Amino acid sequence: MAAERPVLVLDRVTGGYGGAEIIHEISIILGRGEIVTLIGPNGAGKSSVMNAVLGTLVIGGGRILLHGEDITGTPPERVVRRGVSYVPQTANVFPNLTVNENLEMGAYVRTDDFRPRMDEMYELFAPLAGRRRSPAGTLSGGQRQMVAIAKALMVEPDILLLDEPTAGLSPRFREEIFAVVEDVNARGTPILMVEQNARQALGIADRGYVLVDGRNRTDGTGAGLLADPEVGAMFLGGGTAEPAPAPSPGAPIGTPAGTARGEARAGRRDPDARPPSAPGARRR
Amino acid sequence: MMDFVNFHLIPGVVLGSIYALGAIGVTLTFGILRFANFAHGETMTLGAYLTLTLVLLTGWHALLFLPVALALTALLVLAMDRMFFRPLRHAPSIILVIASFGLMLMVRSLVQVIWGTELQGFSKGITLPWVLFDSLRVFPKHVVILTAAIALMVAVHVLLRHTRTGKAMRAMSDSPELARLTGIDTERVVRATWIVGAGLAAAAGIFLAYDSHVETLMGFKMLLPVFASALLGGLGRPYGAMAGGLVIGVVEELSTYAWIGSEPLLPPGYKAGVAFAIMVAILIWRPSGLFRGRVF
Repeated sequence: MAAERPVLVLDRVTGGYGGAEIIHEISIILGRGEIVTLIGPNGAGKSSVMNAVLGTLVIGGGRILLHGEDITGTPPERVVRRGVSYVPQTANVFPNLTVNENLEMGAYVRTDDFRPRMDEMYELFAPLAGRRRSPAGTLSGGQRQMVAIAKALMVEPDILLLDEPTAGLSPRFREEIFAVVEDVNARGTPILMVEQNARQALGIADRGYVLVDGRNRTDGTGAGLLADPEVGAMFLGGGTAEPAPAPSPGAPIGTPAGTARGEARAGRRDPDARPPSAPGARRR
Repeated sequence: MMDFVNFHLIPGVVLGSIYALGAIGVTLTFGILRFANFAHGETMTLGAYLTLTLVLLTGWHALLFLPVALALTALLVLAMDRMFFRPLRHAPSIILVIASFGLMLMVRSLVQVIWGTELQGFSKGITLPWVLFDSLRVFPKHVVILTAAIALMVAVHVLLRHTRTGKAMRAMSDSPELARLTGIDTERVVRATWIVGAGLAAAAGIFLAYDSHVETLMGFKMLLPVFASALLGGLGRPYGAMAGGLVIGVVEELSTYAWIGSEPLLPPGYKAGVAFAIMVAILIWRPSGLFRGRVF
C-alpha cells in the first residue's frame, strides 16, 4: 500500500519565464485521492508551480512525473490530453459561450459521448442547471467559478489543478466552492490547489506545502499545518493554534496521511454516501 | 418613389450583402488570429479571377463554379497562412498587420502579372430586369446574389452555433489562452477560420464581379467598406459584421439619392467616402461597434 505510485510528482523543479527563475528546486507530491494545498505569500511561486506542470513555465531543472512518466516541458494542450485539467484564477470561462457550450468545450478532447458526464455536472453544480443557455459572462462570480470547475471536470481528469478558486468571492460562495472541491475529490479526483484563504483550504486538504520565495518552506498534513504555530503566525493571520501533534514531515508522502481527518474522508469516498446535489442543497 | 427602390434601395441591399460576406472574414480573423488582415481584399480578387479563368476555359455560367472557386481560394489562403502568418503566430499583432499589408501588395501584383490589368467580365451583353407591378424593376442577378449571400450567412450561423469547430472558433475568439489550456486544437481552429473567411471573401468577390466586372483593384476598393462594416458591427462579432455590411451598403447607395431637389445628395463619385465617414464616426464615438466588439 505504501508503494502506491503518486499521481503527480515535482522533483526539485526549477524554472521561470525566460530569464529570471521564479521557483527553485520545488518538490511536491500529489497522491491518489488527495487534496493538496499550496500556500504562501504573494510571489512565492505558487501559481508558477501550476504553470510548470502545464508546460507554460520554462523549466531549468528537475523533473515532473505524471503517473511516473516524465512530462517535463510538455505543451499545455498535450498535458490536458494526458489527464490534467486546470482552472486558472481569472478568465477561466468563455464569456460569450453559454454554460452548456462551455462544458462542451471542456470536453473538446473527448471523442466519446460526453452527455452523461454533462448531466453529472449539472447534478453536482445544481445552480447551473437552470442557466444552461445563459452566456457564462452573465453569471455571478460564484456561478462562473462553478462553470470553470465543471468545464475542467468534463474530461474526467486524473488531476484537477485549481488556481485560487475562491479569489474574489463572497464568504458564502467561498464556502460553496470549498464544499464543491471536497465533493469532487470525494468522487475520486486528486486536487492540487493554490489558495489565499489558507485556513479554509488547509481545513479540507489532506496535506499542504508552504512555499516562500519560490522554495519549499515546510509541509505537512492540513491539520498539522493549521496547528503549526509558525505557519499560523506567518500565513494564517495569528498564531493562536494549540501545540501541534507533530506534523510528521517525514511520513510517506503520497499516501493520504493517517490522520483522523484522512480516515473520515476515506469513509465517504463511496459516491453514494453523499447525494450528488450537495452544493445546491447547501444553498437552500 | 420607385426610382428610390429600384436604383438605390435594392442595389444597396445587394451591395450590403456582398460587404457583409467580406466583413465576416475580417471580423473572424480579427477575433481569432487577433489582427486586421489587409490581404482580405485580395482574397476577394482571387476568387473573382479564378472564376473568370474557369468561365473563359469552359464558357459555362460563372455561378456554376462558385463551390470550386471557393474551395480553390480557401486552399490558396491556407497556403499563404502557412508561408506568411504561421511563422508569426506568436508575434505582436502589428507585425501580422504589416505582413498582411505586404502580402496584399504581392498578391495584387501577381494577379496583374497573370491576368493583366484591363477590365473583364463574366459574360457579355446586358440582361433586362424583371418588371413587377408595372414599376418595380428587379434584376435577376440581384435576386441570385442576395439569395446566395443569405444562404452563406445562414451556413455561417449554423457553423458557429451548432458545430464543434464553430463553437471552438467562438471560444478561441473569447480567449485563445483558455482555449489552449482547455485542450482545443488551436491550429485546427485557425485553419477553419481561414477556410471560412477565404470562402466568404471569394463569394463576395465573385458576386461583385457578377454584378459589374472583374478588375485587379476590386478587392482593394472593397477593403475600406468591408473594414468599416466589421468595425460598425463590432470587431470579432460575425453577426455584427452582417448587420454592419448591410448598413454600409444601403447607406452608400442612399447617399446618392436625390433627397433634396433633383440632384443626387452626394455625387456618385464620392460614394466610397461614406464608408470612410462612418468608420471615422464609429472610431470616435463607439469604437466597440453595434454589437460590443473588441476595442484595440
